Amino acid sequence: MVTAKSEIWVFGDYRNYFQNRVTLQLISRATDLARPLNATVCTTVFGCNTDEWVGEYIAHGAQKVYLVEDESLKNYSSDRYVTLMERLARQYRPEIILVGATSFGREFAPRVAKRLGTGLTADCVGLDVDDDGLLVQTAPAFGGNLLTKIVTPHKRPQMATVRPGVFREIPHNYEATGEIVRVPLPKDLPADRIRITGYEHRPPLTQKLEDAAVVVCGGRGMGGKAKFKNLFELARLLGGEVGATRPVVYAQWADEDTLVGQADRHIRPKVLFSFGISGAIQHTAGIIDAGFIIAVNKNPNAPMMKMADVAIVADANQVCLALIKELRKRLRG
Amino acid sequence: MVKMIVCMKQVPMASELPWDAKTGTLRRDLSDGMMNPACKNALEAALTIKQHCGGHITAVTMGPPMAEEILREAIAMGADRCLMLSDRAMAGADTNVTSFTLARAVEIFCADFDLILAGCHTTDSETAQVGPQLAEELGVPVVTYADELEVKGRSVRIRRVSDNFLETLEAELPCLVTVNTHAFKPRYVALSGLQDAFGETNILTVSASDLGLDPETIGIKGSPTKILDVYAPRAEKQNIVLKGAPKRIVENLFERFDTMIGGIIRKDIEREGRG
Ligand SMILES: Cc1cc2nc3c(=O)[nH]c(=O)nc-3n(C[C@H](O)[C@H](O)[C@H](O)COP(=O)(O)OP(=O)(O)OC[C@H]3O[C@@H](n4cnc5c(N)ncnc54)[C@H](O)[C@@H]3O)c2cc1C
Ligand SMILES: Nc1ncnc2c1ncn2[C@@H]1O[C@H](COP(=O)(O)O)[C@@H](O)[C@H]1O
Repeated sequence: MVTAKSEIWVFGDYRNYFQNRVTLQLISRATDLARPLNATVCTTVFGCNTDEWVGEYIAHGAQKVYLVEDESLKNYSSDRYVTLMERLARQYRPEIILVGATSFGREFAPRVAKRLGTGLTADCVGLDVDDDGLLVQTAPAFGGNLLTKIVTPHKRPQMATVRPGVFREIPHNYEATGEIVRVPLPKDLPADRIRITGYEHRPPLTQKLEDAAVVVCGGRGMGGKAKFKNLFELARLLGGEVGATRPVVYAQWADEDTLVGQADRHIRPKVLFSFGISGAIQHTAGIIDAGFIIAVNKNPNAPMMKMADVAIVADANQVCLALIKELRKRLRG
Repeated sequence: MVKMIVCMKQVPMASELPWDAKTGTLRRDLSDGMMNPACKNALEAALTIKQHCGGHITAVTMGPPMAEEILREAIAMGADRCLMLSDRAMAGADTNVTSFTLARAVEIFCADFDLILAGCHTTDSETAQVGPQLAEELGVPVVTYADELEVKGRSVRIRRVSDNFLETLEAELPCLVTVNTHAFKPRYVALSGLQDAFGETNILTVSASDLGLDPETIGIKGSPTKILDVYAPRAEKQNIVLKGAPKRIVENLFERFDTMIGGIIRKDIEREGRG
């Protein structure tokens, strides 16, 4: 039997800006993966009045959209979406399904993987195709400085989740065309077992850190809350923003929305200062797109120092203070 | 009376945990393994429900024999009984097989559960997959990342923030809920409680064959995902090293990299200067 062209699916997660962005980013990566596999890049869209998203996804590279539209799908509900995805996947047999690691995606993807009896790799920082056409999923491992390459050799589809910001979307092209496959809502779709009794949109966190051209990041090596404050002054003088590592946020030297890394924020400043940060992969996963990196650490062998353009072996706070002094001088002069 | 199961995992004490915010030091006094923080919150949620509605709590873990420590801690906190799934054949399980194994144990030992509580994620893998997958295995509804949780009669009410939406949700029992790390701050366990728990025998240890499981279907062998390689990432940076007195370093930095970092910094300095 001649098999149809294989497909890579990206789950269309569109409820808010960030969810939509990660979908576009995954469509972009799927486009790269599709080349060696000679596969079609597809998106699934479930909902009601979804023209806007269908158009967006096609403009950003989706060649085909599986669309299930129904009034009853307007609630963004993982229970029903999981069943729909399962049914579609059983019918059309995609090779790969990629899902954004949004709150919704994190509840949705594991359930879909379980129903389809396949594997799922969380929080991939890299996706590639090997010589055998397998999806190679790169993810942080062992809570430390290691990466691991994972494959799903036998089960299909191969599934992965990816945090927003890991990949870059393709610029839109509203000339692009795509096939739309309208799938009617299955009549026997079970009712939602979760009732939504309250639903309120909360303003998203600011994007300041993501958009900043200069970021001053501090870690545990800053040595204390009072010293950490100096980084805010340095950032002010540089016209930048302050980022932090997880221990810093846990210790409440800085607010939660400063956290940089795999778990929260990917930043892409032109210049990144890194003070007293060891460079664990969960943190550095969030700074891979930084331009020029200046790291300060007492330990010249810290991973952060190895990935810096300039590695300064010294006390983090003292260098911070010296920088503040120098900048003030230059500002006055 | 609510029949509850709390799924918990022992995780390595990651470098940043637990962190004493007051003294600013690591609590190295604690042993190498600890109860995953979110699982502790899940247990606390169960204890709270038990206080309000009456209930019975079974703590379950799958892990090496050493993981029994966290079950003893669970008993010290107030769990009624524990189930320890431990077998060499279970080692190396991915989330798919972990949830499969846990589900078989639930079916055999606590099939009449009302509510399963799990942590939202573990600190060592942070996949957040085991909870939802266990719910699928057992065919019950699931809500992840709960900030508030209340049992009323035969239903649960949950509040959570999901992608910037504040949601209030309701589901009928039985169901599975994963508990956020911000919610249900775990109670303090007195040392005496811990000691009592060490004399405790209310821990049932079960192997793969006790669960009637074929070793080929569990652990590393049964896992759909395979690890190809583990490696340290490499950076390809020019990596110029500066040392010495901070003042001298900073002067040096501006001398040598003015063109590189100056573009942005100068612009900002000008803006600052004008403002
Ligand atoms: C699943 C998971 C997800 C995670 N997600 C994130 C995440 O999103 N973001 C994140 O940041 N972390 C995350 N982490 C934590 C991460 O693994 C690291 O523990 C964390 O990034 C380390 O922070 P740090 O570099 O500030 O502290 P440390 O690792 O303790 O490093 C401190 C550094 O400061 C140096 N130092 C000490 N004193 C001085 C001094 N006086 N002057 C100069 N240097 C000094 C030391 O040499 C050391 O290199 C995650 C962990 C796990 C397990
Ligand atoms: N080996 C295990 N034994 C029991 N429960 C587990 C195990 N692994 C994960 N869990 C549960 O699933 C939650 C999420 O884990 P994870 O999917 O690894 O992030 C944990 O907080 C536990 O409640």
